[in-house]
Amino acid sequence: MEALFTATFLTALLYGVVTAGLPLLLAGLGEQISEKAGVLNIGIEGMMLAGAYAGFSAALATQSLWLGFIAGALAGIGVALLMALFCIRYGMNQIVIGIALTLGVEGLTALLHHFQFARTRPSLGRAPDFSLPWLSDIPVIGPALFTHNPLVYLGLALVPLLAWLFRRSAIGLNLQAAGDKPGALDASGVSVAMTRTGAVLSTGALAGLGGAYMSEVGAGLFVPYMTGGAGFIGIVLAMLARGRPLWVLYGALLFGVSLALTTALQVGGFNIPTDVVQMLPFLMVMLVLVIFARHSVLPPALGLPYVRGER
Amino acid sequence: MTEASAPAIALKGVTKRFPGVVANDAITLEFHPGEVHALLGENGAGKSTLIGLLAGMQQPDAGSIELFGTPARIASPRDALDRGIGTVFQHVLLVPSLTVIENLMLGGRWWRPLGREAALRRFDELSKMLGVQIDPDAPVGRLELGQQQQVEIIRALWRDAKVLILDEPTSMLTPQGVEDLGRVMRRLAQSGVAVIFITHKLREAYAFGDRISVLRLGKLVGQLPPERLRIMSEAAVTNEVIRLMFGQLRGHSEEAETLVGRGRHGPTRAVDRSGPPRLELVEVSTHADAGECALKGLTLSLWPGEVLGVAGVDGNGQKHLAEVLAGQRPVASGRILIDGEDVTHEGVPERRERGLSYVTDERLGEGTVGVMSVATNLVLKEVGRPPLWRNGVTLWDRIHERAREQVARHDIRTPSERTPVGRLSGGNIQKVLLARELGEAARIAVFNKPTYGLDLQNTSLARQRIRESAERGMATLVISTELDELLEVADRIGVMFQGRLVGVVENADEVEESVGRMMTGAAA
Repeated sequence: MEALFTATFLTALLYGVVTAGLPLLLAGLGEQISEKAGVLNIGIEGMMLAGAYAGFSAALATQSLWLGFIAGALAGIGVALLMALFCIRYGMNQIVIGIALTLGVEGLTALLHHFQFARTRPSLGRAPDFSLPWLSDIPVIGPALFTHNPLVYLGLALVPLLAWLFRRSAIGLNLQAAGDKPGALDASGVSVAMTRTGAVLSTGALAGLGGAYMSEVGAGLFVPYMTGGAGFIGIVLAMLARGRPLWVLYGALLFGVSLALTTALQVGGFNIPTDVVQMLPFLMVMLVLVIFARHSVLPPALGLPYVRGER
Repeated sequence: MTEASAPAIALKGVTKRFPGVVANDAITLEFHPGEVHALLGENGAGKSTLIGLLAGMQQPDAGSIELFGTPARIASPRDALDRGIGTVFQHVLLVPSLTVIENLMLGGRWWRPLGREAALRRFDELSKMLGVQIDPDAPVGRLELGQQQQVEIIRALWRDAKVLILDEPTSMLTPQGVEDLGRVMRRLAQSGVAVIFITHKLREAYAFGDRISVLRLGKLVGQLPPERLRIMSEAAVTNEVIRLMFGQLRGHSEEAETLVGRGRHGPTRAVDRSGPPRLELVEVSTHADAGECALKGLTLSLWPGEVLGVAGVDGNGQKHLAEVLAGQRPVASGRILIDGEDVTHEGVPERRERGLSYVTDERLGEGTVGVMSVATNLVLKEVGRPPLWRNGVTLWDRIHERAREQVARHDIRTPSERTPVGRLSGGNIQKVLLARELGEAARIAVFNKPTYGLDLQNTSLARQRIRESAERGMATLVISTELDELLEVADRIGVMFQGRLVGVVENADEVEESVGRMMTGAAA
């Protein structure tokens, strides 16, 4: 039991929290943008997976993590484009399309994996960390929190940036109007479809980045279904955060802790069956939903296609 | 006040067709700067379509539109705004979760900074011009409807509008709010704006309009120019408008009366209130979700044979009152009594057994199931019970036989009793509802906005049925935002304000004034 409290263990645990939490943060923030604009983006799991596959493939081919991240974001945007086409342009059911896209990407990436990687099982080397000067010298916390891939810091910087955008910019007002009362946005001369499309594409980019981070930095390889519900946890985070990016961060940390504990408990050699330990994050989802779901507030027009002239 | 220079908007033979109807039929009409132009017409006269064309929501099929003497194609709502045409739609189009000033800043190009300081300056300027006082940082959802409408007017004027279109702006307002709106329109006209004021109430058209144009069934049937209007009395205008609309036609007296809105008082009958009341609510309160108005200690009594009208601006707890009475919404505290027996915790079927029926304002959805047949909808509240069900087996022959009988008796215009109710017109759906709810067993009837969205004929039919059922001894409660309707059918009128009944008065002459005062929260 003492093993739990050694500095090395704590450092590893905290490091794991950040690594596991970042994809959730990116997914949650992305989903939040879509939901603000009134699109329930269930396809986000597929967008993440597409990002994970494309990111890993590109990084493997070019030996550049950054080109991998860009490819991941583009793959997420590609899936998001389909979502925007079907759900916004043609007003089809967002839930059905979202599920279809997720299943489609799961199948496609599993197939590609089978042909490309299944035999050779390639993997990337350990991604280099970027140590923030001074901060990373603090014992325990320094190596745990301030020695990460630069994408981590960018993801964290997104939190205040989005908070500012939501509250203090024309984009934020447009997004909120598109989700709360699309008719009002239309009447003020802004296209609801364009606003929502922009939101969905941003979600795709962030989800794709999150997926690419999982495969390139988190695992260093790609396996089918590797996102394992991270996108769905992102949906939960966005719903519970009531439109506030900071709360997505809190949520991502909470789930990051449970994911990191899962790993730590396995590594720590505790006498608990692995299956039980791996249930932990999902127990957490249920627990959080039971406790907080009553307080979630969703935009009134969420999930509804906008048709001019209909009320 | 008016001038003969180029009109702000000139419509030349504008025609707009929808499948099955010609909504605007070769309309030629001019709107002048500095003038309040009242556009008068009943539901379905083509007013909304005309606004849709001017606001850029739709394009005309034939004819042309000129703005200040030059032909123009108004391509989109944004285009309309850019050309100086501001529109205030009938239903509030503001984002409730944003503040007043945020709503006004909405619509800027997304890459530009918001410019809050400049927006606040513009807001002050327009507030002064209109003579209104609103907190720019208040969330719009917390404002009264009248104030929300003022925000909409400010938004419509935001980019130096030369033309302001107001679509039925008085329908949601208190009498005081209507007065304020009239003042605002006057000030706008004086500053040179062309104001287009759409209404179906002749009284308001006369009170606020410099010029009145009358639409009927998509056609412009006549106009009263300012020089004539100025020297005419209200009675003379009334006669002239009726002549314009029905000159060659006979038998439209009812239509004329609704348009004129004289509010025929129902025959004042003596209601016997010596016996015990049939329905009582004692200090009833409910819990509200976000955006709803709960009941806060509402008390009322209803005697057999009377119609109690519940007036009030929409959103003061009317929906909760109706649902609590029907048994669809739990009561947080207080008691509901039918014939002196406590029914507070009884559900819909139990109350129905006691003779309580409920005609909802949401005819499709809450009242009927659109995809189900007329016959099924007629027995919707008896599902599973004899004689139409036996041991859980549906006896379709009996249901359809009963339906054919009722379709004939209540003149429900439907291809067959098996037609999905959603395909019928609003008036006929209402007939289905009334047939189901006002059967022999009904002793108490609750109506929520019984004529909302109905055409004239069905409106008067529905009102007639309310009076008839009261005369048969039924205790009737009518919730409505149309004061004229209550003046016509009710024996007593109570006013709801923020979840309470602020007062109940006899429906006598000159009752409008006290009811209007109570609608703003003042005691009777």
